[in-house]
Amino acid sequence: MIESMVGSLNWLAKFIIPGLLVGIPLYAMAAKKVKVYEVFVVGAKDGFTIAVRIIPYLVAILVAIGMFRASGALDVLLTLLAPLLNFIGFPPENLPLAMMRPLSGSGSLGLLTDVVNEYGPDSLQAKIGATMYGSSETTFYVLAVYFGSVGVIRSRHAIPAGLFADAVGAISAVYICHWLLV
Amino acid sequence: MLNYIWFGMMAIAVIVGMFTGRIEAVTQAAIDMARLSVEIAIGLIGIMALWLGIMKIAEESGLIRIIARALRPITVRLFPDVPPDHPAMGSIVLNMSANMLGLGNAATPLGLKAMEELQALNPNKDTASNAMVMFLAINTSSVQLILPATVVALMGAVSSEIFITTILATLCSTIAAIIAVKFLEKRKRFAYAPAADSTGGREHD
Repeated sequence: MIESMVGSLNWLAKFIIPGLLVGIPLYAMAAKKVKVYEVFVVGAKDGFTIAVRIIPYLVAILVAIGMFRASGALDVLLTLLAPLLNFIGFPPENLPLAMMRPLSGSGSLGLLTDVVNEYGPDSLQAKIGATMYGSSETTFYVLAVYFGSVGVIRSRHAIPAGLFADAVGAISAVYICHWLLV
Repeated sequence: MLNYIWFGMMAIAVIVGMFTGRIEAVTQAAIDMARLSVEIAIGLIGIMALWLGIMKIAEESGLIRIIARALRPITVRLFPDVPPDHPAMGSIVLNMSANMLGLGNAATPLGLKAMEELQALNPNKDTASNAMVMFLAINTSSVQLILPATVVALMGAVSSEIFITTILATLCSTIAAIIAVKFLEKRKRFAYAPAADSTGGREHD
């Protein structure tokens, strides 16, 4: 049953974007007589300015993350954190992925691929990893893009709250998979 | 806080890089990522323009207001500082729906539109408002109904099991995000304050 549900959801998802692209102008024309082409162009004009505005914020965040990853500092951090995480029963195979997830999308996808290749998609390690990957976002990148687009530089509690949520997400991925899939 | 994290990541990278003999890789990463940042931003222009254009039509036709009104009971609790019928609420709801459905390409432009509208309500333009932090936190921990295509490709037939566990895990992280934001926004350390004050700028990071 779940399989067919996932199948139909993914099938439905294919129609959402084309549906919106046609549906919204259709409603606007039919219900409100909006001059859709003219209005579209006015709105689209902001695309360039916003995309260009985020460049300095992206450079700052991605350069720092890139340097951090390239240095191997993540491995050092993993060794330091290992005793604590072993204590709460966090599987060591999924630890690099959990740490990488808020930093880098491509990096964490690479780590998930490693886990799947090493243990196979049927393994609990791979299932926990995929759950972690799917249930969380690249917090630092999103912060840089979203706050950068409006020029906000003082992020206040955004990072502690975001990282706390990432940690809760990763830990609950472990427990939920143990609870449902074992 | 971002000041310390940003500098800390680079400083640690250089120190660790010296010990691990990867200092050249660190340098290369800095240059590559600077280039990649611009590529990402330039790549966003077209998609941004497309969705911002469609959003403008949705706004003119009153659709955004209708959507905002429909989810009012939830949004007013999460964003008490935003007027319930404000267009920001409509953009927020649309961005969250796009995230839930795994429409990453549409979610970013919709989210940036929401940010722009939240910024219009924000008196200190360089400081994140409570509503902005809440929006960002929900966004990064967002509930996902559709698995990312990459996960489906990797996991194959096992994907349907991951579907349930992912929804439950995102639910946990979203609830944690909301509680953390509501709790932290009242702390003095993260107070919403104008630039010049006497705390030595500790909470301004």
